Amino acid sequence: MALIETVNIFQNYDGREVLKNVNLKIDRAEIFALIGPTGAGKTTLIRILDLLEAPYSGRLFFDGVDVTNPGVDQLEVRRRMSYVQQRPLVFTMNVYDNIACGLRWRHMKSATIKRKTEEALELVGMTSYKDRNARTLSGGETQRVAIARALAAGPEVLFLDEPTANLDPVSTSKIEEVLTRIIREQKTTIVMATHDMSQGQRFAGRIGVLMNGEVLQIGSPGDIFSSPGNREVAEFVGVDNILSGVIVDKDNSLVSIDVNGRFIQAISDYGVGEKVNALIRPEEITLSLSQDISSARNTFNGRITRIFPLGPLVRIEVACGFPLLVVITKRSAEDLNLTIGKEVYATFKATAIHIIRS
Amino acid sequence: MLTVLLGRSLVAFLATSQIGIEGGDLNEFVQGFVKAFQLIITLDPQVVDITWRTLAIALSSCIISTVLCLPLGSLIHFRRFPGKRILINIVQTFYSIPTVVVGLLVFILFSRIGPFGVFNLMFTPTIMVIGQVILVSPIVLGLVISALSGVDKGLFETASSLGASRVQAVFQVIREARYAILSAVTMGFGRAISEVGLALMVGGNIRGFTRVITTAISLETSKGDVELSIALGAILIFMALLVNIVLNRLQQK
Repeated sequence: MALIETVNIFQNYDGREVLKNVNLKIDRAEIFALIGPTGAGKTTLIRILDLLEAPYSGRLFFDGVDVTNPGVDQLEVRRRMSYVQQRPLVFTMNVYDNIACGLRWRHMKSATIKRKTEEALELVGMTSYKDRNARTLSGGETQRVAIARALAAGPEVLFLDEPTANLDPVSTSKIEEVLTRIIREQKTTIVMATHDMSQGQRFAGRIGVLMNGEVLQIGSPGDIFSSPGNREVAEFVGVDNILSGVIVDKDNSLVSIDVNGRFIQAISDYGVGEKVNALIRPEEITLSLSQDISSARNTFNGRITRIFPLGPLVRIEVACGFPLLVVITKRSAEDLNLTIGKEVYATFKATAIHIIRS
Repeated sequence: MLTVLLGRSLVAFLATSQIGIEGGDLNEFVQGFVKAFQLIITLDPQVVDITWRTLAIALSSCIISTVLCLPLGSLIHFRRFPGKRILINIVQTFYSIPTVVVGLLVFILFSRIGPFGVFNLMFTPTIMVIGQVILVSPIVLGLVISALSGVDKGLFETASSLGASRVQAVFQVIREARYAILSAVTMGFGRAISEVGLALMVGGNIRGFTRVITTAISLETSKGDVELSIALGAILIFMALLVNIVLNRLQQK
């Protein structure tokens, strides 16, 4: 049985639909990431799951109990969960009391409060800060206090809303270390909203893609990133080459797609005449100066139109009847002496293309 | 004891240093100051009595209005109801209600023929406290509501998400606003201690019973006894200064 289950959840703010028919099942001890752009409804969904707001319609089950039922003691249910907001607010008191307050509200014994608070402080590496006024902490430190505060009571579910948004890289990596430790040491179910796909990919066992209030796809990080269900998800997860075309020929499952008069070969179950999008990750494409003989089914010549350096990598745009974005290492770009206007051959395998219906 | 001795020698010095000053009026004025200083330093029984009563009445009314306004302000802040904005505007309008108007109201209510005349409270410290509570409550209430509104809206929800019940979350928000609430109370105290119209109208300025600093100053000045007035005025200004220092400290927190 799922620990959290939503059935046809809708939410409206002033007549505007912010969540549309959300159906999710989250199992105990699972790490589930909700990814989606800002404004997709991630925070609203988490607030509903944490019983901070009621959905407009639909049902929410926690541990098999319908908690949308007004007869249920929502406080008792809420006390089994914890929520770290995107911009956590700390109370105007010291770090220790900030962490201990949730335990005091649960009327725990003072010895237990002391032990649990100290454990939580230790978990996030903030023991030496315990007497500091929490209002004087930096963003990253505040976030760590918020996580410790949420975990101190030993919740069954931890909701994290954009845990590293607005943090500098050093603070981000510290928070991620803390998260890794929590995942390793505790059996807490974690539901994490993030717009950082790579973060979702690193932590989550499953990912739900939420866009415009709708869950567009749920799957393992591998599935979402290699086989996005539609164009929006593909764009969001960073597939840069999305080529629209029509299947003009099919031989078993090898199809030929007409894209602006050039033909791409890919593997697909769709039939001839189907309008499709071909998704190609830029790192799946290789560049060469001559047309090599290879097993790859697709080779197109074109001219380089743009070059952007990207740390150790270089993003190159090639016009070969359609724009194609390629990512190669800086060293390769130097070896091939690539410059704007130079003619190159772009090669990719038929199996590197993911086909979705238009 | 040392302070008193030091004070006395200072008085003696001031008394002898007036040789150079010419003109009767100015002389009287300086003498007034010297005498006033003497009254304070020597802890003149009349000055002490009036100061003590002033503090007791103002503090009582301040405490009572806080006890009334803190829950009421919380109720107004945390509940949603039609006309909430208008109610807050009305409360704020009463910040500057003239003290004599409150005096008139209390007089009508508590005079012999008034609805509460049976309690026979006119011209007692009790009626002064009642009047000051009416005078000060709008300020304390309005500022308590502002103090609570000043707390980030998300704080209530943060507390809820950490397992606080509704009541526990409300207390957390009040706790968060504690400095702003204390400064509201301090403002109320400042208004109570410095008003004169109400104390005069319903207290009656009875010596040793309802005479407070402001009413004493007004009476003594009209009688021409400026020394006592100056001494009491200085004490009042000193108290105002103290209130201001406290207020500043609180607002910085």
